[in-house]
Amino acid sequence: MTFSGFRVIKEALTGHRGWGPLWRTPDPQPEYDIIIIGGGGHGLATAYNLARTYGKQRIAVLEKGWLGSGNIGRNTTIIRSNYLLPGNQPFYELSMKLWENQEQDLNFNSMVSQRTILNLFHSDGQRDAYRRRGNTMHLTGAGGTLLGADELRQIAPYLNFDNARFPIKGALRQERAGTARHDGVAWGYARAADRLGVDIIQNCEVTGFEIEQGRVTGVETSRGCIGAAKVGVAVAGSTSRVMQMAGLRLPIESHVLQAFVSEGLKPTVPGVITFGAGHFYVSQSDKGGLVFGGDIDGYNSYAQRGNLPVVEDVIEGGMAIMPMIGRARLLRSWGGIMDMSMDGSPIIDRTPIEGLYLNAGWCYGGFKATPASGRVFAHLLATDTPHETATAFRLDRFARGYVIDEKGAGAQPNLH
Amino acid sequence: MLIPHPLLGPRDAQEFTYLGDASLLSRPDPDAPDAVDAFCDYVFLRDNPAGVHKELWYHEQGDRSWLVVIRNTVTHEVLGAELATDVMRAKGAT
Repeated sequence: MTFSGFRVIKEALTGHRGWGPLWRTPDPQPEYDIIIIGGGGHGLATAYNLARTYGKQRIAVLEKGWLGSGNIGRNTTIIRSNYLLPGNQPFYELSMKLWENQEQDLNFNSMVSQRTILNLFHSDGQRDAYRRRGNTMHLTGAGGTLLGADELRQIAPYLNFDNARFPIKGALRQERAGTARHDGVAWGYARAADRLGVDIIQNCEVTGFEIEQGRVTGVETSRGCIGAAKVGVAVAGSTSRVMQMAGLRLPIESHVLQAFVSEGLKPTVPGVITFGAGHFYVSQSDKGGLVFGGDIDGYNSYAQRGNLPVVEDVIEGGMAIMPMIGRARLLRSWGGIMDMSMDGSPIIDRTPIEGLYLNAGWCYGGFKATPASGRVFAHLLATDTPHETATAFRLDRFARGYVIDEKGAGAQPNLH
Repeated sequence: MLIPHPLLGPRDAQEFTYLGDASLLSRPDPDAPDAVDAFCDYVFLRDNPAGVHKELWYHEQGDRSWLVVIRNTVTHEVLGAELATDVMRAKGAT
């Protein structure tokens, strides 16, 4: 059943009796060709790409809770491709291109809205750094414009341009960046994958791996053993816990990142505004709520909730750069568990165990990567070779000294 | 979170800087034949458990001591704290 404007009108006139569930709820088969662990954005996008792009069959996605119950439903919905390093930027630009066609590809309204992102800068040195980043973005076709303070005033007059510590001198703008409806992304991939025959099995927790002579042959789950020739793991904050069952230690720490939303307001923030110097960024949802966040709490956590000092830190950042936010009431805050890697960049690679593949280390940047992560992880699972935009995301890059460290912070996950 | 400092009593976690897993106290032997591999594991790999975790906190805005804090990463409950120097002395370090 395909969605279209015609169908919306037809259903509106006939009492909305023709809508059905978007995906089946199948029981697990005894065996699959490929099992994806993790029914979030990356796992579902991987399953969709395996079936659609690489023509694979007999695929299952195993999700321990309900579909999209992890970080795909807990992020601040920002999509962008404004990275600096050669190992990262072409991958994120692939992701942006996939976002631009996602709704047509999936026949699902994931509300992709290219409403621009503005990265504020406050000094000559920072302007130079953003100019360099903007030039790197142009090399991959991602676009970008360096705005002065006067141009920025036209767009966001309410910012605190004369802040004593961080006076706003301008911004790097990426016009193609924006937001997407995060739950809708999960639902869109789930529906599209299901239509291609992928079994999405919820409430099915993986409790162990079946490994014979260094090769994975299946997984043990809360709903029994399921055989598989290949297993892909895309479980974000739970990565260390799952891979430990296969005997692997990883260059990952799990940390909690908080996010916030205000009461609904009339349209006021046109795109995404980031105040990196002060750990604050904000956008406005289509419902009108100001969606904002800041830095991770900074200590290992699996709690899916943070503590008050970081709430204070984020709000202080908001008040410093956008004082009008103090007139809005905070509606909700929540936390998600980030798989913080040792260099701040992801890992998409085979593992020392034959047939076991890893997709992890997204830190707090996983949402924007969802379409490309699905594409390149599917490529790896289908062909056993890395996708051309993901050749740098190797698991052994730390040992080899080829880290992809955008911030240059070193092997200290809470600084990335 | 309140950290029970062995010398100063309960202190706000905000006074501290977080480093990471307390296994970082056990630096590999640089003269061992497998030193390169051992240091690579030491620098990059972590157990990252869900549950009880021993970790290093530095009392930066206090007495500048390093503590080994025992904390539950699922509940954020702080279960105890020792001076890192005491932990190392107990292991026989000088």
